[in-house]
Amino acid sequence: MTQPLPLPRAPDSVETLLTGRPYKYGFVTDIESETSPPGLSEDTVRFISEKKGEPDWLLAWRLEAYRAWREMESPDWAKLNIPAIDYEGATYYSAPKQQSGPSSLEEVDPELLKTYEKLGIPLHERAALAGIAVDAVFDSISVATTFKAQLGELGIIFCSFGEAVREHPDLVRKYLGTVVPQNDNFFAALNSAVFSDGSFAYIPAGVRCPMELSTYFRINASKTGQFERTLIVADKGAYVSYLEGCTAPMRDENQLHAAVVELVALDEAQIKYSTVQNWYPGDENGKGGIYNFVTKRGACRGIRSKISWTQVEAGSAITWKYPSCILQGDHSVGEFYSVAVTNNFQQADTGTKMIHLGRNTRSTIISKGISAGKAQNTYRGLVRIMPRAKGARNFTQCDSLLIGDKCGAHTVPYIDVRTPEAKLEHEATTSKISDEQMFYCRQRGLSQEDALSLIVNGFAREVLKELPMEFAVEAQKLLAVSLEGSVG
Amino acid sequence: MLDIKNLHVSVEAEEEDSEREILKGLSLSVKAGEVHAIMGPNGSGKSTLANVIAGRGGYRVSQGQVRYEGADLLALAPEERAQKGIFLAFQYPVEIPGVNNMYFLRAALNAQKRARGDKELDAGQFLKLVRAQLKRLDLKEDLLQRAVNVGFSGGEKKRNEIFQMAILEPKLALLDETDSGLDIDALKAVSDGVNSLRAPDRAIVMITHYQRLLSHIEPDHVHVLAGGRIVRSGDKSLAADLERHGYGSIAGEAA
Repeated sequence: MTQPLPLPRAPDSVETLLTGRPYKYGFVTDIESETSPPGLSEDTVRFISEKKGEPDWLLAWRLEAYRAWREMESPDWAKLNIPAIDYEGATYYSAPKQQSGPSSLEEVDPELLKTYEKLGIPLHERAALAGIAVDAVFDSISVATTFKAQLGELGIIFCSFGEAVREHPDLVRKYLGTVVPQNDNFFAALNSAVFSDGSFAYIPAGVRCPMELSTYFRINASKTGQFERTLIVADKGAYVSYLEGCTAPMRDENQLHAAVVELVALDEAQIKYSTVQNWYPGDENGKGGIYNFVTKRGACRGIRSKISWTQVEAGSAITWKYPSCILQGDHSVGEFYSVAVTNNFQQADTGTKMIHLGRNTRSTIISKGISAGKAQNTYRGLVRIMPRAKGARNFTQCDSLLIGDKCGAHTVPYIDVRTPEAKLEHEATTSKISDEQMFYCRQRGLSQEDALSLIVNGFAREVLKELPMEFAVEAQKLLAVSLEGSVG
Repeated sequence: MLDIKNLHVSVEAEEEDSEREILKGLSLSVKAGEVHAIMGPNGSGKSTLANVIAGRGGYRVSQGQVRYEGADLLALAPEERAQKGIFLAFQYPVEIPGVNNMYFLRAALNAQKRARGDKELDAGQFLKLVRAQLKRLDLKEDLLQRAVNVGFSGGEKKRNEIFQMAILEPKLALLDETDSGLDIDALKAVSDGVNSLRAPDRAIVMITHYQRLLSHIEPDHVHVLAGGRIVRSGDKSLAADLERHGYGSIAGEAA
């Protein structure tokens, strides 16, 4: 007589993976663009340089990079499955058509203003985010920069890269390529040849930048790569906190994003650089998404200087990125705080390099990898202590969290110590969100989604607390959204 | 409030044939305001009962029914049961690293309030509520700022469960071996906490192996669970009998 009763679905299993995650920035802006013919040659490089009205030295610099790139091979050491990229089929320059560059916000195409408003980044200063100056980069060019005048009163330069080349050529020439040389690696060389815009910031000696500087990158055009370049220089005793955000439309094709960021901190200067990366990650079947190949490096040139990288990497089909610090000045400090989330078919190989050159230099690495679906997530890091760096110290902590049993987490730490007078610590853990944790949260009344978000944000807390407050909230939401549909 | 009839439950297994039946026709009725104690030897199905009521996965109900406030409880997801006022004090409270205890509890309370259509509490109101309950349970405030159950001693974990219960104010509280692993002082603190939460509109079901909890929290009804069924029910004097004669005699009687 045992007639089985219909049972409620086994509700607290985190094993069942569903599909589908909403990507709310996936719209396309309908705007007329001026685009270079597809393909990559010296002519493409000349076309871009001419479009931007660049001086001869910069064109020569680009061509040097292009020639180096032609001789280089795409790196294959990362734990990434990278489909062949058709560099000849891509477009390297696409800019919204405007009657020359806008000289004020009033001249910016309303369609563009609307786009940024939709993304939550109002550009009109009266509506702009309080305490945050924004440089908005749309495809290949910067379309607007807010609060420039106010910052200018303190001697702070914050503008698009193109404008910096025109208005402050000496500063650009002095620092460009000094942290990431043109031939540093395949993607950096490509960027050096065809970079179109990006942000430039210079904080004069002794000035503490009173607001967050930020760049908001948006890819819009199809079949187009984005190659931006950011250069930030903090002069002696200066302080700046900088944030970048990125989104792109949902498209079936893969798009290439190869950026270079260079930071220079002189004596006792501090740069805090935060990233919330939310490029389109592709759909649940692994179709589409941005290939994100980025070279970010900071040089602590001066004594007691400090560079701190914080990144929340949630988007992109492939992420290849290792924000690094060269700790040249004695007593300088490098920090790397990272949360990388991968879901569905996303792949991330990310980490950092801490190169200790100066005495008593210190570095801290906290990496949190979260993997769901069929995603692969790798931490790769190098700590190198050179012979002169007596008294150097490093602390590294790598934690991985797995959701479900079809994803992977990997930790690849390289350690190279060339002085006996250094101290290194390394900790690594891997854990799984357990059914027990989910049930405990749900028994207290939280929905499955809220329970997951709570557990994941708890896991990432040490990193999230390093973000500027305005963005920490956004990042928390992003983590939850990125994992939506990963339990059911 | 809670009405269980002829409940048969097995632990889920890959193949149905190898499933082991734990509860074999259990019936139990609990009314608002009552305190019930469910006692029994190891492996008799006490924790299974609590888990099935709370909605933990991994069990299969093959027969019988569980009604809560007149509705079919088994059709609800765990969070829906919680939102309707069912609380389980875990035998082994779970650690959630990086999640502040107070934040967790506020998220839980507000999720329940939201589901019931009540107004949520802001941080200030919540803090007030929390401070009052801390005092009542004689808990230190630093407990709030630590990650949920992480690095808590056994006693702190159990006290934290009762603290959560005090904040969430359930209608039906299930205490699963809340006395296990407690020293005498901690047992007294937990018992005092539970006693202060007795109320005419709240039922409490305590699951315990030992009689000693019942000398601190006096039950209205005592049930003996053996072989997957309730084999004897009585008032608190039944617990004293058990203490003297052991489970053996009663389980034998039932067989």
